[in-house]
Amino acid sequence: MEWIFNPWPWYIGGPMIALIMFLLLYFGKNFGMSSNLRTFCTICGAGKSNEFFNFDWKTQQWNLMVSAGAIIGGALAAHFLSTDSSVAIHPDTITKLQDLNINSAGVSYLPEELFSMQALMQPKVLLILSIGGFLVGFGARYAGGCTSGHAISGLSNLQLVSLYTVIGFFIGGLFMNHLLLPYIL
Amino acid sequence: MFKSEAASWFRIYEMFQFNSFHMYGIIGSALALGVLMIQIIKRYKIKSAYGELIVIPDKAMSFSRYAYGGIIFGLGWGLAGACPGPIFTLIGAGFYPILVVLVFAILGTWVYGLIAKKLPH
Repeated sequence: MEWIFNPWPWYIGGPMIALIMFLLLYFGKNFGMSSNLRTFCTICGAGKSNEFFNFDWKTQQWNLMVSAGAIIGGALAAHFLSTDSSVAIHPDTITKLQDLNINSAGVSYLPEELFSMQALMQPKVLLILSIGGFLVGFGARYAGGCTSGHAISGLSNLQLVSLYTVIGFFIGGLFMNHLLLPYIL
Repeated sequence: MFKSEAASWFRIYEMFQFNSFHMYGIIGSALALGVLMIQIIKRYKIKSAYGELIVIPDKAMSFSRYAYGGIIFGLGWGLAGACPGPIFTLIGAGFYPILVVLVFAILGTWVYGLIAKKLPH
């Protein structure tokens, strides 16, 4: 039972993601998490002023259930299935993050410098989280999918456009990680 | 997502540093199995739970929307260290500042919808 409480290796996590995709396909759905963001807009009434959001959100109920499942899964995993949730990233990465004043590297699950309630009081942190979120939401819809919709579902279905998108993900991510983050953090 | 650490900002950072196989292992093994499953579904015409043929819609062909959208998403992924799926996982895990990321991701989606017609697709 010990293994349940330890971090799960990639060869457990990856196949489980594929299994979720298969289950959704089996029930006539498609695996894509960012569609829920559009559904939220519609539920909030965005469909009245804009046709992009003008659809029957009830047809997306199953996908909302997937995100609800992710919330419940996160709660169970964090509160009942983990004894120590520190993430054992590579020592070089830890050193690099410490140079950027992220001292919780290797100690916690998320950087406390960005994701603690205390840090949230700093305008800089608030700005990082809001801009990051905005880009994720905007980019995902522009590209017609996120990591689940393109990198998993799209590439699994051998869609060339998903390859363009995933290359885009990495161009953006690498640019942020190597060229911008050192100045932001 | 939580237990495999794919929802950890640190793992995303490390992935872009090319310092660990972990995230590539997760995405790669999901993908390898995914390709296999979809090939089997197509070849053997597997029926869904409702007895219908499983049809996976092709994504619309284009270049610019995927390249621009992908890069914008990547910038956000590298900064916030979370893509849409893990955002929900982290809410459940009790990291409430992630709600800021969620609210702004919804806002970003909304702004996209407003200006979509003016963007190159």
